[in-house]
Amino acid sequence: MTPGRAVRLIVVGVRTHVMYMSRSPIEIMLAVASPLIYATLAFYLFRAADRPDQLLQASVGAGLMGVWSSVLFGSGGAVQNQRALGTLETLISAPVPLVLVLLPITLSTAIVGTYAMAATLLWGVILFDVPLSFAHPGLFVLSLPLCVLSIGMMGLLLTSTFVLMRNANAVANFLDYPIWLLSGMLVPISVLPSWTTPWSAVLPTTWSARSLHLATDGARELSDVLVPMGLGILVGGCYLVLSVFALAWVERRARAAATLSLV
Amino acid sequence: MKTPSVGGGPAIEADNLCRTYRTRTGWLRPRRGEVTAVRGVTFDVGRGELFGLLGPNGAGKTTTIKMLNTLLLPTAGTARVLGHDVVDEPREVRRRIGYVFGGDRGLYDRLCALDNLRYFAELYGVDPRERNRRISELLDRVGLSGRENDRVEGYSRGMRQRLHIARGLLHEPEVLFLDEPSIGVDPVAARDLRRMVQELTSDGTTVLLTTHYMAEADELCDRIAVIAGGAIQALGTPAELKSRVQDREILEVETTDVDEERLRQIRKLDGVREVNVTLQEQGQMITVHMGRGREIAGAVLAMMDDRRLGRVTTRHATLEDAYVAIVEDTDRGPM
Repeated sequence: MTPGRAVRLIVVGVRTHVMYMSRSPIEIMLAVASPLIYATLAFYLFRAADRPDQLLQASVGAGLMGVWSSVLFGSGGAVQNQRALGTLETLISAPVPLVLVLLPITLSTAIVGTYAMAATLLWGVILFDVPLSFAHPGLFVLSLPLCVLSIGMMGLLLTSTFVLMRNANAVANFLDYPIWLLSGMLVPISVLPSWTTPWSAVLPTTWSARSLHLATDGARELSDVLVPMGLGILVGGCYLVLSVFALAWVERRARAAATLSLV
Repeated sequence: MKTPSVGGGPAIEADNLCRTYRTRTGWLRPRRGEVTAVRGVTFDVGRGELFGLLGPNGAGKTTTIKMLNTLLLPTAGTARVLGHDVVDEPREVRRRIGYVFGGDRGLYDRLCALDNLRYFAELYGVDPRERNRRISELLDRVGLSGRENDRVEGYSRGMRQRLHIARGLLHEPEVLFLDEPSIGVDPVAARDLRRMVQELTSDGTTVLLTTHYMAEADELCDRIAVIAGGAIQALGTPAELKSRVQDREILEVETTDVDEERLRQIRKLDGVREVNVTLQEQGQMITVHMGRGREIAGAVLAMMDDRRLGRVTTRHATLEDAYVAIVEDTDRGPM
């Protein structure tokens, strides 16, 4: 397969899945509802802690949690959905590497997750008078899609396990809180015990969250944002490479274990 | 745009295919078991042939198809499609085959037909320059032109089935697997479907069809394999299968309340080969297979003279009768 065809397949796949996911008002509402609750709690906590200058960080952090939740539950749910729709077999029987079938699905869940980011930012402006005064608006706008991309890569690695499991949502529930805590999405990882640092370092979400927070506030130099942004892409790229190998194994395993269909 | 295949041998070769599923029940003390769905299935399908795979529910038809189209690995045996091994060369096989299954599932119902077809065209490697022409040609062929921008969730079952077929044909596969494509489809749509399948085979496409509709199989298939209990019980042309019951005449009696004891007595009559009961909306249909030329219809009817009888007919044996005889023989096991 030529690189051009692979890119085209990813673009068409993302368009198709984003369109499909965006046409369910209930799913969109669910994707946006919990980040808004997180954002509200964070606004009150930050105010109570006498840190009103960091309310925009609270909006961004809660939005990031929304992106992560969307990828986590979306990736598990998407595989389950494809299985329930009967499309998983059709997708897997396509003559393309499985990674090119599933990557658009996880990227789509991350893109749909950005609805939560938009919602929390808007929520802050409307209800809590949080001005959208980003320290580096250009870098923020650049960081966000790269963050979405790296979280999507992480979702891809998770998806490989979800293809094998019929109860993927149970695992998704287990991973929701630890990852956003370890990634410093809302609370800085410096307040966590030191043994968590290596775990945080291997998560692309940690670096993406850092670049977004620094672009929002606190970066003195461009490199303060660009370095974690690059590291996020690098770690995310490692997840992509791991996913390619994992999915080749998973596909064969799924064919052996007959987990592709519900029937 | 057909991808060239390897050699000039059969389109599909299945050699002693077996598939066992592992089962597990319970959490604290899990009980593990094995269910054998397919045991030693062997057959060849020639290029351009329309081959039928018939069998009752759970006989192993879908499992066989899923092994041939690379979705399941066989636990034993080998299979090749157009010369490519289904285990070791799945991508080569997938490039050359189409898979269409019956029912409502398998489509993105919140999207329109056009978006569904565009996505699957990309997945199945349809040349982007050819894509729009191919999609519009297929929409015409399956009678969905004019409805391509409607969401699939508003489609009838017949329309979904036609869209499925269009999806399966996007990349002009050399071999098409049709797994119960006419299930739940109205008679007019089923007739259109049969016509479309005939056109495909006349264009040189090899078709492997599973169906529960005997008239459909009789009309379409060059050869038929009857699968039951995970193994092939009979294989031949429809005429050859029918010839297995050509020495029989079939008596059909519409009646009510004929109990098992009475049926046992009928079965014991000299010249009666088989007796089946089908429940109908009002009453039962008793089907008696009798040796041809034996005057036993009177004796059978006499055994039911205290029951209210409806329509009584005698007819020649059909493919359905041959199929029922083969499956019932399998259920009875070796005599």
